[in-house]
Formats: sequence, C-alpha cells, structure tokens
Amino acid sequence: MTIVRGEAAPPLPAGLDTFPRLLRHHAEVRGAQPAVREKEYGIWQTYTWADYYRTARAIACGLAELGFRRGDRLAIIGDNRPRLYMSIAACQMLGGIPVMLYQDAIAEEIAFVLQDAEVKVAIVEDQEQVDKLLETLASTPSLEKIVYDDPRGMLHYDQPQLMGLDELVAAGEIHDRNQPDFLNKEIEKGSTEDVSVMLYTSGTTGKPKGVCQTHRAFIFAANGGIHFDRLTDREEILSYLPMAWVGDHLFSYAQSLVAGFAINCPESSDTVMTDLREIGPTYYFAPPRIFEGLLTQVMIRMEDASAIKRKLFDYFMAVARRCGAEILEKRPVPLKDRLLYALGEVLIYGPLRNVLGMSRIRVAYTAGAAIGPDLFKFFRSIGINLKQLYGQTETCAYVCLQPDGEIKLDAVGRPAPGVEIKIAENGEIRVRGPMTLQSYYRRPDATAEAFDEEGFFMTGDAGYIGEDGQLRIIDRAKDVGKLNDGTLFAPNYIENKLKFFPQIKEAVAFGNERDYVAAFINIDLDAVGNWAERRGLAYSGYTDLAQKPEVYALIAECVAKVNADLETDPMMKGARIRRFLILHKELDADDGELTRTRKVRRRFIAEKYAPLVTALYSDVTEQYIETEVKFEDGRSGKIAATVRIADA
Amino acid sequence: MARTIGDVILDLQNISLSFGGVKALTNISFNVRQGEIRSIIGPNGAGKSSMLNVINGVYHPQEGRIIFMGKERRKMNPHEAAAQGIARTFQNIALFKGMTVLDNIMTGRNLMMKRNFLWNALYWGPAQRDEIAHRKRVEEIIDFLEIQHIRKVPVGRLPYGLQKRVELARALAAEPKLLLLDEPMAGMNVEEKQDMCRFILDVNEQWGTTIVLIEHDMGVVMDISDRVVVLDYGRKIGDGLPNEVKNDPEVIKAYLGAVH
Repeated sequence: MTIVRGEAAPPLPAGLDTFPRLLRHHAEVRGAQPAVREKEYGIWQTYTWADYYRTARAIACGLAELGFRRGDRLAIIGDNRPRLYMSIAACQMLGGIPVMLYQDAIAEEIAFVLQDAEVKVAIVEDQEQVDKLLETLASTPSLEKIVYDDPRGMLHYDQPQLMGLDELVAAGEIHDRNQPDFLNKEIEKGSTEDVSVMLYTSGTTGKPKGVCQTHRAFIFAANGGIHFDRLTDREEILSYLPMAWVGDHLFSYAQSLVAGFAINCPESSDTVMTDLREIGPTYYFAPPRIFEGLLTQVMIRMEDASAIKRKLFDYFMAVARRCGAEILEKRPVPLKDRLLYALGEVLIYGPLRNVLGMSRIRVAYTAGAAIGPDLFKFFRSIGINLKQLYGQTETCAYVCLQPDGEIKLDAVGRPAPGVEIKIAENGEIRVRGPMTLQSYYRRPDATAEAFDEEGFFMTGDAGYIGEDGQLRIIDRAKDVGKLNDGTLFAPNYIENKLKFFPQIKEAVAFGNERDYVAAFINIDLDAVGNWAERRGLAYSGYTDLAQKPEVYALIAECVAKVNADLETDPMMKGARIRRFLILHKELDADDGELTRTRKVRRRFIAEKYAPLVTALYSDVTEQYIETEVKFEDGRSGKIAATVRIADA
Repeated sequence: MARTIGDVILDLQNISLSFGGVKALTNISFNVRQGEIRSIIGPNGAGKSSMLNVINGVYHPQEGRIIFMGKERRKMNPHEAAAQGIARTFQNIALFKGMTVLDNIMTGRNLMMKRNFLWNALYWGPAQRDEIAHRKRVEEIIDFLEIQHIRKVPVGRLPYGLQKRVELARALAAEPKLLLLDEPMAGMNVEEKQDMCRFILDVNEQWGTTIVLIEHDMGVVMDISDRVVVLDYGRKIGDGLPNEVKNDPEVIKAYLGAVH
C-alpha cells in the first residue's frame, strides 16, 4: 500500500494554539473589525472582535458562577446565532467541552446525546428547544441548567432549571469586572491537546457517537484550508448550515477564528436566499442539495419567463457549457467563444450570479454527497469557482481539497496539506494527520477499531486514487455489495445518478444479494409540482402527485437515462434498475429515515417498508402500505396509500 | 412572572342593535378585563361579528351603553375607535393586495404619524426620524410574528394563512389597547391554527394586549380564552370560564341542537 501525502502543512499561528487565545488575539489586533453579523429587525447588526471576546468572557464567567468547571460538557442547540457561537468560545475558555446538537432533532435524539455526553448545562436558542429539553429532563439527570438566548414566549415558564442568557451575561459581566484574573488564568490553563468540541456522527448505522476533536486538530484543519485557498481576514461567509455539522464548525468557527474573517448569521432559516444576496459572501460552502435547490429555482423561474428571455438564456447557457469552465480555468478558448462569453457575462451570467448572491464568490465548496455533473458544470460555467472537498466529522472535514485549475467532476481532490492517505486492500480510504479524532467519547472500543496499526483512521469509504493524484470515492465500503449474478452493486452510486435529475429528491436502491436492482424514489415537490401545473395536472398534495401515471412516466424517463448511463460503465453494466416505485411520503429525518445531514438510512428504510421491497421483487403492479409518521410537534399519525410499482 | 388580569377595560351594558325589523343583538351585557383573552362564540348568525362591529364603532346600537377605559362612549366611527386604541382584523382579509407586507404593516402606524403630508413630502428631517422610529416598531412585529422572509412580498401573492398573519401584524402595529380578532383561524389547517394560537397567546403575554376574539373552532377557544361569551340569535346565553361554558346545558343545546 502506497501512502500519498499532501504538500507540507503550513506553519500554525505561533502561540495561538487554542481557540480562546485566537479570539483574544483578534480582539487585540483587529478589535474594531466585524467578527459576526446578524440580521435582526431587518438590519445587519455587527459585533466586532472586541464584542465577540467581551461577550464570550461574560458568558464564560456566568457559566463559572453556575458551577461549570474544566472538563464539564455544555450542550449548544439552535440556529446559527451570534451568541451561540460565542458560547462555544466561552465554554472553551473554561476548559469545558461544547457539545453541538442539531436544532431540528426530536426530543429523544437530544436526550440520547445529553445522556451520552453527560451534559451539565445547555445553552439553547429559544422556547422550541427549551420545550424539548424540559420534556427529556427526567431522563437526563446530569443536566442542571438550561439557558435560553431568546426570551420570547418564556414568561410563564417557572422551572428552576431555566435561565435567560441575558441574565447569565449580566451576572458574568459583574464577575469578570470584579475578578478579571479568574478568566485570564483559565484561558492560560487551556492546552492545545484539550478536547475543543464534541460533534456527533450522523449515525447512518447504529447510534451516534460523540467525536472528540482537540484544539490542535481543528486549528490544523482550518489553517491548512486557509493557506490552500489563500483566505484572508477580509472574507465574508454566510453561516447558515447547522452548527452541529462539522462543516459549519470548520468554516464558521475554526476558520473564522484562525483567519479572523467575519461570519454572517441569517435572519431566519426562510430568509437565507435574501440574506445571501445582501451579504454577497466571498467564500461559500453548501452541500449539493442546496446547489440543486438553487438550480431548480432558476430553471422554474426561467420556464415561467417570457419567450425572448428564455431564448437568450438557453443560447448563452449553451455558450457557457461550451467554454465557461475552460475560461474559469484559464485554458485556451477560441476567440469567437471568448467574445460570446463576454457578451453572455453582461447579459446573463453576471445578473444570474447576482440573483443567486454569488457575485463576489472567490471560492465555493461542496461536499457531503456526490454532486451531479450538470449541476457542477452549471455553476462553474457561469463563473463560480465551485470545488469539491472530502472529509468527515472524524477528520474535521479536512482530507482532500481540489486545487484551483484542477477541477474534476468525478474526483474530490488531492490530499490536503499535511494529510496522508492510503487505500487499503479492500479499497477502503484511510487517512492520517493531526486532524483525526482524539477519541469517540467514552467509547475506547470504537476508538481503537477506527484506527489501523499504522495510526490511519479508517473512513469506511471505498475509493481509489487516479493517475492525476486525485481521490475518487465509490461508495460506503460496507454498502457495496453484489447482485446474485456477481455484478458489483454500489447503491449510493446509483442513487446519486438518480438524484442528479431535478425531479428526483431522494432515491434508495436495493440489490445486494438480489436478482436485480430496484429503487424507491421521492419526487421533488417543487420541480414536479411546477411541471404538473404547467400541464394542467391537478393534484392535492405529495401523496396524490406521486401516484399519478404521468409522474410515473416522467420518472421512468429519468430511470431509463440512468440505465443507459450504467450500461456504459463496464463495472456496473448488469446493475440496471429493473423496477421502481415512487414512495407515497417524503423521507424524513423526523421519522428516522434520513440522518440529520439528509443521508438515507438504507437498512432502516428497507425494514420499515418491507412490504414495498417484497413487492419490488415480485410481479405485482401495486401494493397497499400503512406507515407511521411523526409531526413536527412530536405527535404521530398514519399515512396509508396504495403504491404503484413500475417496470423500467 | 405570571400574566396579570386587571380591571374592566371595556364594559358593554344592555346593548341592542337592529337593522329595520331585524334584531341583531338583544340586550347584551358583558365586560372585558385588562390583559385577558375574551372569546365570543355562537352558531352562524348569532351576532358575533355585529358585536365586534359595535365595539369598534362600525355599528351604533340603538340602546345600551359602552364604557371604554372608564369613559362612556358617544356615537363614534371606526376611525375614532382606532384612535382610542381599538384595532381589529377581519373575517375576510382586508389588506392592500398590491402592496408589500412591510407597507401593509406600516399603514397600521398611520394614526401615529404626527407630521403632515408636507413634512412627509420633504422626506428629510423630522418626518424621516419618525419614519425610522415607526419602521423599528414594525420590524419588531415582523420579527415577533416570524414573517421576515415575506417582508418585501406583495400580499396578494401570499397563501391565506400568511395573509391572516400579516393582518394581525397590521393590527398590532397600531399598538392597540384592545385587539379585536374576527375568526383569525377560519379556513386554516391544523398547523396554521397552532401557529396562530401561539402568536395570539404570545402577543397577549408579551405585550399584555387585551384581546377579544370570535372563533368557531371550539377546541381553540377553550384552550386559549380566559372567559367566553356565548351568543345565540342575538341573545347572550352563556358567560364564564371556558369550562363552565362548555358544560352549560343552554350552550350545548344551541350548539348541538336539542330534542324538541
């Protein structure tokens, strides 16, 4: 096994080896520069680095007054809010460990993490989160205090565990004024080898595990990325992805604190598009589904546009497809195309980038799942430097990055600076470097199993390194199986090909130890709904639309294209999809069908919809099914439907 | 901190209202206390909306006294009622469909804009300062009702449930002492109803706004009201705590019908 190494890691900032020290440094050298902005009451409110530091100190002192000590765990739950980011720093100042939770997790998921991490104090965004925590209080004896950021609706709550963040900050400010040395000493006690944060794995298989990362790991990963893309303290990013996700922690917390650039918190999760446009970030990160959503919206709006506009758009998008990516990569392009592209830039690409809020983007990354070729090419061809990266929670999302000018659709880049990669005999990707996890929290067994004898972290992904030195991912190693006739079956690979169609939102492929490949499909309600409207096809909701014969015909076309595509791949030739069905309900994380990062839990789905799977492998044309669904408020109900099954 | 219910803010005594020979309301008396949520329920045609229209001065009852904030009211029109601090929403949404959500809510501040149109035409100076102060208040309401994402969207393009919320926002913009809601949840689905309930409770709790509410959905009424008045054929047939009203045989008869 050969080891492939990234270039040498850039030097770490001297003496600034923990996040609290980095924060103090920024407050000293760029105190008046914006650190966090948040849109509130329709206006962007700015917190400078000095504000960030001062508030984090106050929260830290407030926590100390609550009896929060070195090594204690602090849960943080909520949308991206300035004071929640500050709470991470506050917790680290005291040597505590922030535990990040997904804000849309249901009470029992939250309870699991609170018990597992034995959380002592929780800082949460609002009433919604408080309600969930109060519900789990009986099963989480370690939880002593729940602190809420937004007091709205909290007036009649009188539980002794509750406290407003304003109150905590006020108490902390007094404490810090009276004995400033206390916190200074605490910050000095911090070591770079301390655990800086706990992020839970999404748990595609089994219960989530708490990944403990040190200051050193995240600073190393952040620093490497900053040098790789030459980021400065003048970048602007929009922090809109869940704070519990490793990507957001890397970009919005670690990199912001290492480079000293400003993060911007959207007004609400519904205003992200408007906020994106107002901020005009220079550095942007989104999983493929967000880019997909953007493209779908552009396409829907173009279909509703006037004929002239549509013609112009189609013409110039054809020009962009021909030469846009080449121009971005500074490769030679015929003069005529170059001129046409320049015209298109004025008429279409520039305004389009502006509408998308991407006028100022220097570097954009996507990761977390495979990105569709058309999608990837679309963004690159209109002049957005969209690149791919590869990493996971256990590696601070820092393993491979695509260098400018070497962008490949099917690859995820070269090993990042300071990272070593090797491919094991079974095809598994293994990585080594300072960014790998310190441990799974209280799971020495799992920690030991995660590393091989040479200290490489075993990612569980199957892949290979191409001749160009870039890593390519095939699938989750344990998902790769075989059909009964011995054909290789890579479910993710097939699902991604299906999901590249804007009409298909989710797909689940079956085939391991079966005679042929079959698939569940979720249609995209926006895209297919708009398509149906334009055809005058009436429908009452998702379930109704999903079972229309016209929609089946539409999806059958997509499946046929995927099959044609699979035929061209020598390894996948026999893996064509024979039968499919459109599910009567959307797969949802609340029902346990997706992880919070929206990955399908294949095994769980197969069990839950067992009658449908059986039907796919028989010759029936429809199947009745009843399923339990959970509503957002935690109640549950039942959906029943007769689902059609189609041959592809 | 618990919410406090204070003294009587609105007292209606022996109100009778008729249109020609049709008696819409007959000898109705009830009161509303500071800070409470008071519901008016009853079958179709019971006189609920007429009652609301009497309170905010659209209709003038032939008999009876209306005492609002300690002062007996003479004939007054809705404009004067609004100036006294009574705001309302309508059963059929009455927003400016072509204007944005923000502009619609700003119209709720109209009565409080002190400068005349000349000042406003000049724009700079005092009128601008006023405008900023009013906008600030409006933004607080937008934040409160979680409608930031539709701030700049023309109202006509919004789904029904959101339009209802915008109407509530506009009524709140007037900083009412008494807020009249005419079937705020009519035509909503379960989720929208839940949201609306929460907003009504939050408004009442956070700002201490007194609310008079007409609603058909008995579940909602029983959950959020402090006291309930029941009307039937223009007469009051019940008045009291939700539980008392629910078990009142008269009320059950009016709602479910009785064996004759």
